[in-house]
Amino acid sequence: MSQTDFPNIDMVSNQACLLTFGQVISDATSNYIAQVTQGLKSLAGIVDLVPSYTTLLVIFDDDHYDRFAIIKAIRHTIDAIDPNDFSLIDSREVVIPVYYGEELGPDINDVAAHCQLSVDEIIQRHSDTTYRAYAIGFTPGFAFLGNTPDELHVPRKTTPRLKVPIGSVAIAENQTAVYPSVTPGGWQIIGRTPVNLIDWGSKNLALIAMGDSVRFEPISRDEFLVQGGLLDGF
Amino acid sequence: MAFKVIKPGLLALVQDLGRHGHMSIGLTTGGPMDEVAFRWGNALLDNEPNSPQIEVTFGMFTLEAQANTSIALTGADLGTTLNDKHIPPWQTYAIKKGDILAFHQPVWGLRAYLSVKGGFLCEPTLGSVATVMREKIGGLTGKGDKLQKGDVLRYSLGHHHERRSVPRLAIPNYGQTEIPVILGYQYKAFSPLERANFFSSDYKVSPNSDRMGYRLEGKAVHTDLKGIISEGIAYGAIQIPKDGQPIVLLRDRQSIGGYPKMGCVTRVGGGILAQQKPGDVIQFTPITVDQAEQERHLQMARFAQWR
Repeated sequence: MSQTDFPNIDMVSNQACLLTFGQVISDATSNYIAQVTQGLKSLAGIVDLVPSYTTLLVIFDDDHYDRFAIIKAIRHTIDAIDPNDFSLIDSREVVIPVYYGEELGPDINDVAAHCQLSVDEIIQRHSDTTYRAYAIGFTPGFAFLGNTPDELHVPRKTTPRLKVPIGSVAIAENQTAVYPSVTPGGWQIIGRTPVNLIDWGSKNLALIAMGDSVRFEPISRDEFLVQGGLLDGF
Repeated sequence: MAFKVIKPGLLALVQDLGRHGHMSIGLTTGGPMDEVAFRWGNALLDNEPNSPQIEVTFGMFTLEAQANTSIALTGADLGTTLNDKHIPPWQTYAIKKGDILAFHQPVWGLRAYLSVKGGFLCEPTLGSVATVMREKIGGLTGKGDKLQKGDVLRYSLGHHHERRSVPRLAIPNYGQTEIPVILGYQYKAFSPLERANFFSSDYKVSPNSDRMGYRLEGKAVHTDLKGIISEGIAYGAIQIPKDGQPIVLLRDRQSIGGYPKMGCVTRVGGGILAQQKPGDVIQFTPITVDQAEQERHLQMARFAQWR
């Protein structure tokens, strides 16, 4: 199956169906999912859309559609979308300032040892890469960003932390993320951002949306404090 | 015009039908654990279907009325009393100023719904009052707090009390132990033997069950599928983690996950499951999407007839 073939549509329940866009995580698949998500937003009777790496969960009002009608409506919408036309996607580039280092990134020395790089090299490689938000979830505003460069691949911590402070920037396997709220977490923490990832009062609610490009920009301790960063939590 | 919270109980939450349309940023929906009971509460009082109610889990929750109104009680029988007289659920009651309404402890089921004429007045956050404590959103404060002693649950004045009750046949049976499961697209990841085990075994509700998910203990279910690429999770999805013990994901579920799923419980079935207490035993029974649609239509037709 090529990466932009018409998705499989499976019924999950009488109010949900899952669109599967192959089994390969790629930018092409991710773009197509973002387009279809955008296209389905304007369809009547759609309750919620949950895009992820290779799938899109469509939750619909079952007083509006039965299982035949929803599949027909989805097919009709997708038919009208050209997988190579990216104009539907409202994707942004988000830059996230990070105060890297062991003061607020207690795992950075372990990561450096594991990767056989210096701390400065870890920071440079992490902030030189442009990432893509492949999925949002786990907790509101938590964006799974990929892919980290091969040299930065580290396993998750054997024992997850019970409380990861807000704004912690972390890596695990081929992904990186920022913790938007205090939650348990097993990723390796290398720094912290002073920026809020989630704001119920803002228009988009979450700073990062699925499909966005994300870059990290190193800042000093002073800049971190000036931008409202907090040194608490560890 | 309000009820004042005298005793906050274990867990009493403001809920409506949920906060929809934000799962794409990872925000869960919240909403009533027993949707059928919730819908009847508003139907009995001719409220809008989404009018805010209080979901009382377990009990030990006491209110004092500061003005006359009408209420409906649905869902579990938590040994509820009005001025020390036991009042059974699934009907309306007239409330007078100074009345004491007390939910004691479970007699039948686990979660009771209190609705008031016109609905409780509460400022929505992102279009809903549904309280999700984990995400610190919704409820009286907008910050996801459960109800506290001294909280004031406002309602509007002016009503004409009508004594009404839910038709006997429409009242769910919380003693039902068979929970219907829509066989989803992933059940084939489980061998016929594993499926047979799943649908013929007893499962006990774990004490670690909550509004996010019901964890069950019993015959472990295995699959060769190691994990799947994380995907959106529908209401009622039955996740099978590595230890093989099923987790039914309910109102406060996370938005995405990477465990294989056996299927989905229906909203009616999920409501009955949510009325089970830790230690209660249930079985899963397979149904098709077609049967789930029929069950839903029958349910909604009952509300339509009532109106």
